[in-house]
Amino acid sequence: MTETAMTPQIADAPAFPNDRTCPYALPEGYARLRDAAGALHRVTLYDGRQAWVVTRHETARKLLADPRLSSDRTHPGFPATSPRFEAVRGVRPAFIGMDPPEHGAKRRMTISEFTVKKIKGMRAEVEEIVHGFLDEMLAAGPPADLVSQFALPVPSMVICRLLGVPYADHDFFQDASRRLVQSTDAQQAVTARQDLSDYLDGLITAFQAEPGPGLVGSLVAGQLANGEIDREELIATAMLLLIAGHETTASMTSLSVIALLEHPDQYTALRDDPGLIPGAVEELLRYLAIADIAGGRVATADIEIDGRLIRAGEGVIVTNSIANRDGSVFEDPDTLDIRRSARHHLSFGFGVHQCLGQNLARLELEVILAALLDRVPTLKLAVPVEELTLRPGTTIQGVNELPVTW
Amino acid sequence: MSQGEDAAREGGVRVTADRTVCVGAGLCALTAPAVFDQDDDGIVTVLRSAADGGDGAAAREAGLLCPSGAVRVTDAAG
Repeated sequence: MTETAMTPQIADAPAFPNDRTCPYALPEGYARLRDAAGALHRVTLYDGRQAWVVTRHETARKLLADPRLSSDRTHPGFPATSPRFEAVRGVRPAFIGMDPPEHGAKRRMTISEFTVKKIKGMRAEVEEIVHGFLDEMLAAGPPADLVSQFALPVPSMVICRLLGVPYADHDFFQDASRRLVQSTDAQQAVTARQDLSDYLDGLITAFQAEPGPGLVGSLVAGQLANGEIDREELIATAMLLLIAGHETTASMTSLSVIALLEHPDQYTALRDDPGLIPGAVEELLRYLAIADIAGGRVATADIEIDGRLIRAGEGVIVTNSIANRDGSVFEDPDTLDIRRSARHHLSFGFGVHQCLGQNLARLELEVILAALLDRVPTLKLAVPVEELTLRPGTTIQGVNELPVTW
Repeated sequence: MSQGEDAAREGGVRVTADRTVCVGAGLCALTAPAVFDQDDDGIVTVLRSAADGGDGAAAREAGLLCPSGAVRVTDAAG
C-alpha cells in the first residue's frame, strides 16, 4: 500500500486557523493536517484567500531560514489570519515585519538588553516581583483568578522595568494590549493600536524632556536623538516589546498551570524535584505553543520544497503547535513529558526573527513555576477544565480567566 | 576566515560564528557557555580560551539550535 493510501486524507483547503477545544491539545483539524501525507497543505483563510500551512519540523526550520520568504506585513500577499491583520497592513511595522538587511540593523538596537548575561542578572528582581504578586494572591484568597492576580501582572511589571514604561499605567496598557491582540474586527485593532501609540508617543516626549529609564529611555537618548531610528519606528518597536512581553508569558503561565494540574504525575515529579524545572519549561513551551500561528510569511520568489511549489506572492504559515508535534522529531508527541529533551521546539520561531525575549521568558517561567510549586503545592482548578473559556485560534492561545483554589 | 567571523577548535569540533548574521537570540551562550559568549551588544563571540578540553557536544547542540545560521560547528578534521 502506498503512503498516500495509508494516511488519512484531508478536505480540500480546510478553514484555518482552528480553535482549540482543550487548552493543551491540537484542534482536530490541526491533528488531521499533521497526520496527512506531506509537509505543506493548502488552507483557506477567513477572507477566502488560500495559504500554505507548514506542518513538519524540518520543513518549518528550512522555510523560516529561507530568505525568499518575507516577513513584510504590508505586502499584499502576506497571509491575514484575522481582520486585525488588515488594520495594520498599511502601518510601518517594527523589525518583526522587516526583512534583512533592514531587520538586523533595527533588531540590533534592542538585543543588548536581552543577552543571556543581562537576563541572568535580572533573576533576583524577577523573583521579588513573582513572590510579591504571589503574597498578595495568597493573602486575598482562596479562591483567586490566576490570570488577573498573578499570570498577567508578573510579566507586565517585568517588561515595564526592562523598557522603562511606568507600571503605574498598567491598567491602561494591559487593557489596550489585550484589545489589540484579541480584536475581532479591523476597527477595534486600529483603535487599540492608536491608543497604545498615543501613550508611547507621550512617554517618548517625557523622556526627551527628562532622560528616562530602561530600553526606551536609552533609545530616546541614543538612537532617536542621533537619527538611527525615527519616532514612528521607535513607537512601533516599544509597542511590539510591550505587547509581546505581556501576552505571551501570561498565557504560558496559565496554560502551564492547567497542563500540569491535568497531568498529576508530571506535576508531582516537578514539585518533588525542582531541578527538572528548566527542562519542563522547554517541554511546556513545545507542548503549549501559545503563539502557534505567529510564523506568517509571504514568498518573494518561487520555492520548490518537499515536492511542492510555493509560488511568488503566496502566503505561508508555519504552525508551531503542529510542527512541535511532529512524531519524527518528538517521540510520542502528544504526551507531556517534562523529562524529554525539547529544546529544539519552534515555539520561539526560527530564523532571524526568532523571539528576542526568549531568555527572559525562560527566566520568568522558571521562577514562576518554582514559586507556585513551592508555595502553593495544593493548587487546583476551581472549575472543571472543560468549563474554561479558551481564546480563539486567531490569537495568542490562552485563557482570559483562570479560577484556582488551594 | 572571512570578515566578521570568529573561530576556534573545540572538543574535537571546529567552531565558527559569523558576527554579521547573528541576531542575538543567545541560544549558543545558553547552551555552550564554555564555547560561546555574547558581547555587550548581544552579538556572538567564540571563547578561544575554552578551546582546550571544552564541550564539543554542547557546541554541536548550539550549532543545531542557532536560528540565524551564524554558529557553525564542523568536525575539526574537516
